[in-house]
Amino acid sequence: MTDTISISLKVNGVQYKKDVEPRLLLSDFLRHELDLTGTHVGCEHGVCGSCTILLDGEAVRSCLIFAAQADGCELTTVEGLAQNGKLHPLQEAFREAHGLQCGYCTPGFLMTLIPFLKENPNPNEAEIRDALSGNICRCTGYQNIVKAVQLGAEKMK
Amino acid sequence: MKPPSFQYHAPKTLAEALSLLTQHGSDAKVLAGGQSLVPMMNFRVAQPAILIDINRIKELAYIKDGNDGLRIGAMTRQRTVERDANVAKRSPLIHETMPHIAHPQIRNRGTIGGSIAHADPASELPTVMLTLNAKLLAKNAKGERWIDAQDFFVGLFTTALEPDEILAEIQIPDLPARSGYAFEEVARRHGDYAMMGAAATMTLDENGKCKDVRLVFLSVGETPLLSSSAAQALIGNKPTPELIQSAAADTDITPSSNIHASERYRKHLANVLGKRVLTKAYGRVATDR
Repeated sequence: MTDTISISLKVNGVQYKKDVEPRLLLSDFLRHELDLTGTHVGCEHGVCGSCTILLDGEAVRSCLIFAAQADGCELTTVEGLAQNGKLHPLQEAFREAHGLQCGYCTPGFLMTLIPFLKENPNPNEAEIRDALSGNICRCTGYQNIVKAVQLGAEKMK
Repeated sequence: MKPPSFQYHAPKTLAEALSLLTQHGSDAKVLAGGQSLVPMMNFRVAQPAILIDINRIKELAYIKDGNDGLRIGAMTRQRTVERDANVAKRSPLIHETMPHIAHPQIRNRGTIGGSIAHADPASELPTVMLTLNAKLLAKNAKGERWIDAQDFFVGLFTTALEPDEILAEIQIPDLPARSGYAFEEVARRHGDYAMMGAAATMTLDENGKCKDVRLVFLSVGETPLLSSSAAQALIGNKPTPELIQSAAADTDITPSSNIHASERYRKHLANVLGKRVLTKAYGRVATDR
């Protein structure tokens, strides 16, 4: 019934061209149209942070953007972190420091932290907690996530 | 949790957007950063038939020096405003307020104009605009007009903008000499909607007496609220700690109870925060002199 819009965008270095309904959220586009199911959908109103991805390098909520708006943009999802089968140092740090339990929120945490650690490679604990304030984890109590970020910051140097 | 269908337009120029808005009127909704509108659409609280996405209009994103203040394009991202050295220097109240707005991911996408035009009384930017009495430039296909912040916020999520108008620019007047400022809020978790918040500016005369003061509260009614009692108590007097205490305690606000806090507690917070921002604003005049 609704007209579709043709969009062309790059996700994790791969160029895609698709026709989308205007109301299709970017989070659903990534999951259902591109089968990139690493981007998780939690609250769908911008509170939980689990759908965080990078849009032209900045961390954003993919549930609050329409796929049509990403036309011409470069996106990175959690699938874009590991290179040649080797985990990103931050992913390794989350594993080593037990920075996750069920793992549902983890992709959002990782994608929030990538630009944060790029901008601030030596964060103190208060800065880390502030950076994580927009991501909700219901298992860990955050202690080990903070440790994972500290470890990840070391590994990324 | 999926938005209903709508017709989507993504004009590249303001002229194009204004012509679409003239054509569709109140059937259309303007999509700025979308950090409030898209959640409302996901909940189907908002169901616009037509969405005019103004994110591709480059001419609306800028921070410039004006003659007597900063000029900020409505589509400037909140994160850009937060990081801008000129904003920090020329409008430190805005700089101090930005980190309180939601979370970094939201500020990366949210815009200054979007938040002002959304006019949520619990939001920080409308409160600060009223404190600074910013001037807001509304444009339609026929022309433009300036609206003072004190005339802009007319009700709950309601502004003085007509259905065919877009907020294009925000002008932040420079604070006069011998002025101080402050913003504070209390939220359950950092980045959540505040249970109470207050912003203040204060200007002293040559003798150290209060020449002008603006104390504004967020989340106490349908719009940000300018306290008249603070001005009555302080103007013409030297702002002693006792006078500041009574200026903040005597505010004429009546917050309502909600799920997060009772009326009594929120009134208590208003008094505490009012005192804090007035004290801080006064302290900053002294140190800046």
